[in-house]
Amino acid sequence: MNVKTLLQIIGLFSSLSLLSIGGGNTVLPEMHRKTVQVYHWMSDGQFADVFAISQAAPGPSILIVTLVGYKAGGILGAIVATIAMMLPAGLLVYMVTRFWQNAQNSPLRHAIEKGFAPLTVGLVLASGYVMSRAADHGLHAYILTGLCTIIFVFTKVNPLIVVAVAGLIGYLGLV
Amino acid sequence: MSEAEAEKLSISLLDLALTFNHIALASFGGGLSAWSREVLVVEKKWMGDEEFLSAVTMCRILPGANQVNLAVFVGTKMRGIPGAISAIVGLTTIPVILILILGYAYFRFHEVPALQGVLHGATAAAVALTLSMAIKTGKKCLGSVVAVALFLGAFLLNGLIRFPLLGTVAIIGPLALLWAWPKPAKK
Repeated sequence: MNVKTLLQIIGLFSSLSLLSIGGGNTVLPEMHRKTVQVYHWMSDGQFADVFAISQAAPGPSILIVTLVGYKAGGILGAIVATIAMMLPAGLLVYMVTRFWQNAQNSPLRHAIEKGFAPLTVGLVLASGYVMSRAADHGLHAYILTGLCTIIFVFTKVNPLIVVAVAGLIGYLGLV
Repeated sequence: MSEAEAEKLSISLLDLALTFNHIALASFGGGLSAWSREVLVVEKKWMGDEEFLSAVTMCRILPGANQVNLAVFVGTKMRGIPGAISAIVGLTTIPVILILILGYAYFRFHEVPALQGVLHGATAAAVALTLSMAIKTGKKCLGSVVAVALFLGAFLLNGLIRFPLLGTVAIIGPLALLWAWPKPAKK
């Protein structure tokens, strides 16, 4: 990989890092435009496929940048892209967290912790709802989601076991 | 030093890294937020539900991937900068290796390894974990009419009519602060 590509990787992902207000998904269109149309690192179809891979693999889905960096500049490109995507936003979150800790007894912190709790529960339910619309294909999947929800709410079974069993059910082609 | 602070210091950098590695690997199929709560609040008791929930929304509003941001928040809270780095390394190292193997296979053989079926099942369970998180945390913090209204407002805007996250927080957030602002001391 040449130095120019390396610098492009650093420049692109460190700026996307700070632009990704609201989460990594918000900069996907811009990432697509730059990597497919401007830098020609990959084709349209390849971008769609690495997106699918990053969604499916364990860990944060922002690791799509690892694959884009890999295609652009091999293993080194992958590592540099991953760090460039996390460092600027990470520093900002670090500073906010420090400020937050120093504000231990401020009314603002009390108000945010108490007031944002119900708001966040609404957002969590919203993402569960949106995820289920996108992921549950057909009646069997809805039933599986329903059963798992009941198990999670009313029992203390380790969630990992439930996810593994659900994965096995999927492997057998039952959902 | 309070007892809580003393306990905080006893959490090693390795423990932080392993904890976030556990969260990342468990979230096969999705549901990272719900897994974070299972591990950080229920299992490890590093923070309470209110602190966790408000941190989740702050991490979503700030730039950056939500889960990476949460790792920085928790790592910083526990052990400062080294803690933040440990949490991120734990969250991403093995997933990066796994995704590189998948990516290598994809670019080499032009197909995604056939795990579709497993993924369908695991995702159905991940959705369930997310829904159950909403139910469990909701039981704790939806004790008043106003709280229920804030909850419903956020769900309707962001979930049903797909209004953007930032817009939703810009509308519901100030109302939530107004409601939760500590009343002038009545000592």
